[in-house]
Amino acid sequence: MSTILRAVSQLFRREQDAPSHVAAKAGSSLALADPVEIAPNDPLVAYFQSSVGAVDIDILSLDSPGLQALRGAGIKLVVPLVSQGELIGLLNLGVRLSDQDYSSDDRRLLENLAGHVAPAVQVAQLVRRQEAEARRRERFEQELRVAQIIQQSFLPRESPNLPGWRIAAHYGPAREVGGDFYDFIPLDDGRLGLVIGDVTDKGVPAALVMSATRSILRAAARGSSSPGDVLRRANELLCPDIPRNMFATCLFAVLDPFTGRLGYANAGHNLPYMRTSSGVLELRATGMPLGLMPGMAYEEREIVIGSGDSVLFHSDGLAEAHNGAGDMFGFPRLMGIVGGCAPGTDVINVLMAEMTGFVGGGREQEDDVTLVTLAREAAAETSSARDVGNEVLAAFTVASKPGNERIAIDRVAASVQPLDLSTGRLERLKTAVGEAAMNAMEHGNHYQPELPVSIRVRASRTQVSVEVTDHGGDQEIQEPQAPDLDAKLAGEQSPRGWGFLLMKSMVDDVRRTSDGKLHTIELVLHRGGDDDA
Amino acid sequence: MPEIFEASVRHVDGVSVIDLKGEMNAVAEQALTAAYHQASRDSSKSVLLNFRETTYINSTGIALIVAILAQARKMRQRVLVCGLGEHYRHIFQITRLADFMSLHDDEASAVAEATSAA
Repeated sequence: MSTILRAVSQLFRREQDAPSHVAAKAGSSLALADPVEIAPNDPLVAYFQSSVGAVDIDILSLDSPGLQALRGAGIKLVVPLVSQGELIGLLNLGVRLSDQDYSSDDRRLLENLAGHVAPAVQVAQLVRRQEAEARRRERFEQELRVAQIIQQSFLPRESPNLPGWRIAAHYGPAREVGGDFYDFIPLDDGRLGLVIGDVTDKGVPAALVMSATRSILRAAARGSSSPGDVLRRANELLCPDIPRNMFATCLFAVLDPFTGRLGYANAGHNLPYMRTSSGVLELRATGMPLGLMPGMAYEEREIVIGSGDSVLFHSDGLAEAHNGAGDMFGFPRLMGIVGGCAPGTDVINVLMAEMTGFVGGGREQEDDVTLVTLAREAAAETSSARDVGNEVLAAFTVASKPGNERIAIDRVAASVQPLDLSTGRLERLKTAVGEAAMNAMEHGNHYQPELPVSIRVRASRTQVSVEVTDHGGDQEIQEPQAPDLDAKLAGEQSPRGWGFLLMKSMVDDVRRTSDGKLHTIELVLHRGGDDDA
Repeated sequence: MPEIFEASVRHVDGVSVIDLKGEMNAVAEQALTAAYHQASRDSSKSVLLNFRETTYINSTGIALIVAILAQARKMRQRVLVCGLGEHYRHIFQITRLADFMSLHDDEASAVAEATSAA
């Protein structure tokens, strides 16, 4: 078709596809022409939008940079491509090859062509936009999956099992993962570090900062016994590296499971609630969020969690949840529910049911919801053995780390001091406890530091009992092979394998129990009788 | 809690005396093995393990002593022990280590027995 040999077609892009239009091309046998820039707010665009049929550029009178550009490019005739009232492109034609003006037949042909091309171009543009949107959505979903993997791989797999305590946690991520985290850190001296925090932002950036914050807190907690000092050190380490405009709120607490003392410091996180028989207390301590500015100090407080008391640690996903009317769940409501829970209640279940009832079914969760509860069993629950005259002298945990059996030995020895055991009996008990603890750390917990060994010491008028519990309850209980010294000296047996013999020989009874999860060795030593060593 | 163990060798009347100081557990293995090799280099027929300053022995420590005893028997060395408290003497009896090593209250009596038998 000789009349359009020097024509170019020009497609307008949508505003979000900036720049304003561009992409000039010709048919397969045509040379490419330079694109003509026409800004979206150029009056020429409105003119083309409302014009009917082909437009002669030379006779058009309009104060328009686009018009000047078209003239500069040698364009003589423009046929707007309009579909469903939307200007989606221009068919630009230069001088006719015969140097004659475009005839009315030419114009009809071009207008007819434009009428067919415009809808086809519009469909093509729509398909392209949908493909781009699908790619964008897939990238977003992929990022969500990555953020979830990062975040959930750093959360504890299970809550610590401390005799006399019920510790539970709930983490419910929002669809667009937030930066919530919590952690339990068994400390070498048998105390338990507890962390709950929230990083600003969402998705992968929040998950990465959360994982870094968690690691820094773990390292800081192992280097100091002071919650305020742990947060101060974590803040100093985070400040240089945390991305701008990001920070982490965090509460760090240390529980002594034997005394119930809970030391804590707070870096701008929600205040925990402590439920006691006389009401609910907010556990206040002041401090700036981590990562905002260096040189911060963190106030340190301490309370004692008594029998039947409990503490709720929470992120803002629950208190700041909204219902369909736009009302917020709110901290007063949360505090009231905690106060209404009787000792022994599963507070997390109650709160989640209340939240679902408040928000209403089918509404997407706005933010991560993280809840951790720390409940000290009421005196009646603490030990059924107490009913038959046993008194709990100590209950603590030790981290599974080579050498930590010495901590177990020293704490058990200190706890039985009031019993005035003879030197020989005390030494026997210490050796048996050391072997049981070592066995639990090595064979039960495979020296995984996050799996503590729990130890409970009880005494009655006639005996002392020490229960040593590890996480090897899924392993079959087998009576160990009795060591044969002749075989060992002949090289037919390993020199090792003395632990169980020592335990059995040192105390009056050794009982082993397993519930499929936890494995317990109970060492029983009579308080009277022969003192043979 | 620092775990400290030291083993040093000296010779008394032809007897290699290994002084064991501190906690005898897994941490002790390297020092104990090195001390025994040093004691054996001198072709001593008798090795005396002096536990006077040993504060703790666990089952891993017992295994280390068994390993030393097994080597000494191969080398046809006699192993004597001194300085054990009542509790650990009891453990040496339970494990039957006392059947293969003569136990003495003090170094002098152990050395006297070693030299008289030589």
